[in-house]
Amino acid sequence: MYVAVKGGERAIENAHRLLANARRGSHNVPEVTLDQISEQLGLAVDRVMSEGSLYDRELAALAIKQARGDLIEAIFLVRAFRATLPRFGASEPVETGAMRVQRRVSSTFKDIPGGQILGPTFDYTHRLLDPSLAEGFVPEAPATAEASSAPTPRVTDILGRDGLIESSPQAEKGASVGDLTREPLNFPADRDLRLQNLARGDEGFLLAMGYSTQRGYGRNHPFAGEIRFGEVEVEFFAEDAGFAVPLGSIELTECQMVNQFKGSATEAPCFTRGYGLAFGQSERKTMSMALVDRALRARELGEEAAAPAQDEEFVMSHSDNVQATGFVEHLKLPHYVDFQSELGLLRKLRQEFTDANAAESMKEAAE
Amino acid sequence: MDAVTQHNNQEAQRKAVMAVLAHAEAGEIAARLRTLALPGHQDLREPENGLVMLRGRVGGDGAPFNLGEATVSRAAVRLASGEVGFGYTLGRNSEKAQLIALCDALLQSRDFSASVERDVIAPLRELLMIRREQTAAETAATKVDFYTMVRGEG
Repeated sequence: MYVAVKGGERAIENAHRLLANARRGSHNVPEVTLDQISEQLGLAVDRVMSEGSLYDRELAALAIKQARGDLIEAIFLVRAFRATLPRFGASEPVETGAMRVQRRVSSTFKDIPGGQILGPTFDYTHRLLDPSLAEGFVPEAPATAEASSAPTPRVTDILGRDGLIESSPQAEKGASVGDLTREPLNFPADRDLRLQNLARGDEGFLLAMGYSTQRGYGRNHPFAGEIRFGEVEVEFFAEDAGFAVPLGSIELTECQMVNQFKGSATEAPCFTRGYGLAFGQSERKTMSMALVDRALRARELGEEAAAPAQDEEFVMSHSDNVQATGFVEHLKLPHYVDFQSELGLLRKLRQEFTDANAAESMKEAAE
Repeated sequence: MDAVTQHNNQEAQRKAVMAVLAHAEAGEIAARLRTLALPGHQDLREPENGLVMLRGRVGGDGAPFNLGEATVSRAAVRLASGEVGFGYTLGRNSEKAQLIALCDALLQSRDFSASVERDVIAPLRELLMIRREQTAAETAATKVDFYTMVRGEG
């Protein structure tokens, strides 16, 4: 029987009003602006754009403000927003080799063409809390040096020239690009769908999965071949204009993981690769993504697939934090009727148990 | 110059101009356009906000995959003399999309192409280059110079 329960509207309304006040906090403190969030909490914005799967700094900043800094709630808001806009189409694939690099490091080669460029990084900081940031801190202007016009080729391209690393799989002619926002996920899933899933996947989940491969659950001997962060241009083929129009640029982080080799009787051994790509400066995310991407290639590379990170159904079904939070958090919504039926069943079972025991002891007493 | 080459040249020029305008603020474009005596024009397509699915490539150079979407605003403008311009830009600023479309239309007009290039595009290109050079110089200062420690004799 379905029982409709009314009531609670007033409580809900007042709870949301209370939330709005809790969000604002003390009125003695100035209200935070979207520009402040975007400029000063930039990495939170990057994460919300990546996992919200929508590149729009202003909307991500608004979502962070509305969610009171709860990034998964913010990601949820962004995902819901994107459903309100029509899709014009898909961009031309971005050219990360032509990135205007703001950071680019390789842990495999010291002397890479274009050099090791640290950029704005937490690496090599001492991780000591800095009390000077607690009030009005004005940083020294950035140092400058003459920029070289030398290209910064991808490390994998350099390795690839000598055949030391496998080449990237190319698209088959006329093949469509899988889109998990349009079609339900089926397994086994191709690499394009896996990468899309990982790109919008939860950073914490991917970090744990990537970490598990390093600890021996699907080991694949990774090296960070290259991590680069910077601006790439985006073009979109506009039907009305009749050519690919420039849309502006986006910031991306790319990680090329270089992994242990494979070879066969017919193919010389070479390094294999895992790939990570995400919006903004998202290094931990792209490194984790590259580790997991490589682990998920176990079957393709003829490796035993026994670890959780190598199980694509497990990884892809649990990586999305909006789906995960929806299912976990729905437990706190009213389940009164469900629970009543469980309770009824439990009472019946307990009664049967008591009756059986009573009958047993009567029988024993009689004997 | 044959018609095909001419068409390709014009397309390349329009793309180059759009690439500059997409990086400018709407206010900057509007301020530059105000210095011109603009011809009559109307919206061919009302500005519209939507999404474009951004694509990457497996390994950076392989088969494409869907990375995530971006907001995009677009518009189309027609000059009284018939030229049609298109404006596309990342973000949700429909005024900016309209301004880009107007510039694109002006660029195709015999009467305005030179002045729009000189008074609108060139100064914005200059600004963009300055910003990029500044970022590049700041980035270059963080490039690692490896040196080998000289070891003691023996």
